[in-house]
Amino acid sequence: MKMNRRDFVKAASTATAVGLVGAPHLALGAAKKVVVVGGGTAGATAAKYIKRLDSSIDVTVVEPNETYYTCYFSNEVLGGSRTLESIRVSYDGLKGHGIKMAFDSAAAIDTEKKVVKTAGGTELPYDRCVVAPGIELLFDKIEGYSKEVSEKLPHAWKAGEQTKILRGQLESMADGGTVVIVSPPNPFRCPPGPYERASQIAMYLKANKPKSKVIILDAKQKFSKQGLFTQAWEKFFPGMIEWRPGPDATVVKVDAGGMMAETSFGDEVKANVLNVIPPQRAGTIAQTSGLANDSGWCPVDQKTFESTLHKGVHVIGDSSIAGAMPKSGYAANSQAKVCAAAVVAMLNDAEVGVPSYVNTCYSIAGPDWGISVAGVYKLAADGKIAEVPGSGGVTPMDATAEAHKREVEYADSWYKNIVHDSFM
Amino acid sequence: MANTASRLALVAGALTLGAGSVLWAADEGPKPELISGASARMLAETCAGCHGTDGASLGPASPTLAGMNGEYFTEVMQGFRDDSVYSTIMGRLAKGYTDEEIGLMASFFAGKPYVPAKQKFDAKLVEKGAKLHNKYCEKCHSEGGKIVEDEEYYILSGQWTPYLRNAISDFREDRREMPKKMRSKMDSLLEREQDAGLEALFAFYASEQ
Repeated sequence: MKMNRRDFVKAASTATAVGLVGAPHLALGAAKKVVVVGGGTAGATAAKYIKRLDSSIDVTVVEPNETYYTCYFSNEVLGGSRTLESIRVSYDGLKGHGIKMAFDSAAAIDTEKKVVKTAGGTELPYDRCVVAPGIELLFDKIEGYSKEVSEKLPHAWKAGEQTKILRGQLESMADGGTVVIVSPPNPFRCPPGPYERASQIAMYLKANKPKSKVIILDAKQKFSKQGLFTQAWEKFFPGMIEWRPGPDATVVKVDAGGMMAETSFGDEVKANVLNVIPPQRAGTIAQTSGLANDSGWCPVDQKTFESTLHKGVHVIGDSSIAGAMPKSGYAANSQAKVCAAAVVAMLNDAEVGVPSYVNTCYSIAGPDWGISVAGVYKLAADGKIAEVPGSGGVTPMDATAEAHKREVEYADSWYKNIVHDSFM
Repeated sequence: MANTASRLALVAGALTLGAGSVLWAADEGPKPELISGASARMLAETCAGCHGTDGASLGPASPTLAGMNGEYFTEVMQGFRDDSVYSTIMGRLAKGYTDEEIGLMASFFAGKPYVPAKQKFDAKLVEKGAKLHNKYCEKCHSEGGKIVEDEEYYILSGQWTPYLRNAISDFREDRREMPKKMRSKMDSLLEREQDAGLEALFAFYASEQ
């Protein structure tokens, strides 16, 4: 039988104990190194599950922020049912698993030398690298929009300070005001997100500023859970939410001074609060290190999530092209486990097992009114992740009020469990 | 748990016979085959986002799966899949798995240590709940509803109260079929103790931490 690395480490350390007392470790069983770039749901889960599967692997997570705000449930902060504090996560849990945190930005990945270089000048060598940088917001796709302007016209598509700004603007808005949400073209992070956001903002406005309205200017002609959202809007917020479909409603220009959004059709829509969610692509480090293709996203072997452009580097979560899976938190968590199992197998010269993937996503579309989409996925023979036929799908349109209420309870349970499973 | 685990392995083996390793998409002509054969661990870890790492749920409404009897797990998953057990989302998820895969997940969770839920309860009701449990429930959910070898019924003790509440409401409102013995016990409990009896039971189960 071929000795794997762990057997070797075990044998080597036994030998040390018997014959080489006091000798330095030298090269005997030098730990394999994994560097994870990005401490969001995908990166954190990958780090934790790699360590769980093989504690001898040295795992370092490179992440610029010392605390993380989950994007999921940040719409509930906008609606007022949750505080920003309640979606804040620390990295103490990962540290507790023996994972090293490098609070720094990844500046470059040298895939030849197998080194991650940080903005702070640290060089982190790796045997395998897992890249999970989430999304890059393409501010310049909308005339008049930029990172600076987003402090006045928040995107709130990365939670934290941006969520706080948008919530503050909603609180300051007078009754009778108009909130405009600019919804991006596919593919983008969290497909039902803009519509759950409209629901949550409408919940807040209905209770506090009932003469106000919400207009969604969309680049798309249809959207996730559309029937269910439309049903909930008619039931709870009649006349309050207006959805204008693409391509005519695609926002091409914003004016922060005049608080106005201009569509491709030439309509000028005035807003009191203007939430601009711009088009997206894979996170910046994926672009600069050559992991993305012309689509702006990262092609991977969907069995292992190893990049098809650079060996030894895996890309998971929103940045990756993952067949039929959506860009969601649960998908990121699920992909991270598949990737972790593959990374550990590859580092131990073992065969990579057959993957299995799941997505579960809840939206709170009204008071006590949860809706969901679920998917069970397998790898298909063509190498793409595909949904298992006959499974998955959305909440039925004729679900009872009791079922919708229960979906809110499950959404809360989802939040507690996925945060713990990913970060603690 | 040794007996349970080995018996489960037999169940899983028996179930394999009917389950093909390849599924075909039904619509729009032939699609590429899907590859089956994921390990128990690979399959079961996809559940953690709702049911907790290793099936130890942080609740409140999604139940803990860790330590659950494998035959019960299998029965309920199959019930979700054919819609004979009411669910909101589990039916949609269970339809993605073969009997063999469900058997593997069952054995994974049965082998994990049960972690009782940390939750609030009304201490004044616990004693009454214990008595009611012994009178109405103990015969099937033995030893206070804790895990015992060869226990084929659901663990009640230490399970999340909101989950138990939902399950009971499904039984009472005929969304889910009650086994005959359970129905007669439930009927007499409710006749004599009304809803207060259930509240006492919930407190008793929640007190086991």
